[in-house]
Amino acid sequence: MMSRYTIDRLSSRVVLAFGVASFIVLILIAGFILRESLPALREVGLFKILFGTEWYPSYGEYGILTMVAGSILVTVVSLAMAVPLSLGAAVLLAEVAPPRVRAVIRPAIELLVGIPSVVFGLVGMVALAPLIADLGGKGSGSSVLAASIVLAVMVLPTIASISEDSIRALPRTYKEGALALGATHWQTIWRVLVPSARRGIMAGAILGTGRAIGETMAMVMVIGNAPIFPTGLLSPARTLTGNIAVEIAAAVGVHQSVLYVTGLVLFVLVMIINSASLLAYKRRVD
Amino acid sequence: MKYSRKILIGIVATLALSAMLAAGCSGGGGTVIIGGSSTVQPLSESWTEAFIADNLDVDISVQGGGSSAGVKGAADGTLDIGAASREMKSEEANTFPNLVVHHVAADGVAIVVHPGSAVDDLTLAEIRDIFAAGSNDKWTVINREEGSGTREVYEEIVMGGVKVAPNAEFLPSNGAVKQKVASTENAIGYISLGYVDSSVKAIKVDGVACSEDNVIDGSYPVMRYLNYITDGEPEGTVKDYIDFCLSSRGQQIAADEGYIKLG
Repeated sequence: MMSRYTIDRLSSRVVLAFGVASFIVLILIAGFILRESLPALREVGLFKILFGTEWYPSYGEYGILTMVAGSILVTVVSLAMAVPLSLGAAVLLAEVAPPRVRAVIRPAIELLVGIPSVVFGLVGMVALAPLIADLGGKGSGSSVLAASIVLAVMVLPTIASISEDSIRALPRTYKEGALALGATHWQTIWRVLVPSARRGIMAGAILGTGRAIGETMAMVMVIGNAPIFPTGLLSPARTLTGNIAVEIAAAVGVHQSVLYVTGLVLFVLVMIINSASLLAYKRRVD
Repeated sequence: MKYSRKILIGIVATLALSAMLAAGCSGGGGTVIIGGSSTVQPLSESWTEAFIADNLDVDISVQGGGSSAGVKGAADGTLDIGAASREMKSEEANTFPNLVVHHVAADGVAIVVHPGSAVDDLTLAEIRDIFAAGSNDKWTVINREEGSGTREVYEEIVMGGVKVAPNAEFLPSNGAVKQKVASTENAIGYISLGYVDSSVKAIKVDGVACSEDNVIDGSYPVMRYLNYITDGEPEGTVKDYIDFCLSSRGQQIAADEGYIKLG
């Protein structure tokens, strides 16, 4: 029989090994993407790929700037919709709703996470896009707007549940203190609780951003995949993820390699977003 | 301690069971994997169904992925049969000299619009201009993804070197294009004749309807062969299957599915 101390030491080693393993996997993936990107970087050049605005692989034109713009626009618009909604839901669940209402709404919101993205895409394609086409008066409805709405619903549960947890995690004294000073419930929520929980809310928004920019299947189905700079919310566009998903099966040679570069750009973009928000977050704490 | 032993037994049992299953699959009648063109996919499925009914020990799975994926898969061995709705490109033939192309049926590429559209006849030049101009107030243009065999045939015959405007929507299969055109009033797209049904309207090209007869006699201009591609001459089950497809019964199935018989 092993002594408790041996088990204790052993378990910390095992946990360390797991931690290192996930780091190694990250390095391997990054290395693999980089290696597969090399032919395109050599033959087409990073500058031409990154700042090119024409995407015609069969004519040897591999510019993905339009898709960088598409990905960013869809992410920003969807977060602009999702963050206020999520915050509202979080405040409702943490402060306003009686326990019985909460017992229904919270699981319902969490259930949204479990719906596969292809199902969101299907609903978006069959129900939402035609609706937008009718209201917009022309086109097929496959658009930045449709994609953003679908995406907003998809990231809502992430942001809402993290925000709720962070509001709940606040010391009771914050709320009691505010109420004791004569603030109304609403003033307490809006002036004290939400600002105090902003770290958690922001963490939720960052996670949501990560999911939004990486979402693929639902985007392919509702955004129209046209490699152009979106001219408005009703314009079709293409995202970086969609570019890979739509074309990888059929791509060979340089075309395939450019799709790996697309992945690389996505990778870097996510890293930039994460570090930027980390920085902003740090500054605010300081 | 007791608990972890139970888990261990469970894991061992699972491993043993999956090993047996894996062994069971690789033995016996043989597995054939067909993949590639979404145009050929429904046809492969019908052929497979009929073929398996007569050969119960055979297991055939049919996948999509696009024509270029079919060629690539046949070459690297992930597919036993690669399906392509176009001929091999010279680049592909040079890279993979062992690949053998079998014509298994013919097909027209129909230009389709919403069933409520007033348009029912366009010239090739008019169609080219619409696709080159892209989506605007008058048309919502639906294109296929890079690497689609239908798109390559379409670009070669209809576009003739003119680019389709990038603001056209890009959808990844015949079915997706059909669905989009069926639900969009001013949409125009192109799909395999085998996919045409009443949910969309196939327009006349230069006054010629996209029908089986017109494709066969060559008066409808946008025609291509559907191909099965194998790495070397086919053998065993793969050969039996392709022979079945080319038999009169196999060709009748193709005709029933809306494609065009060879010969």
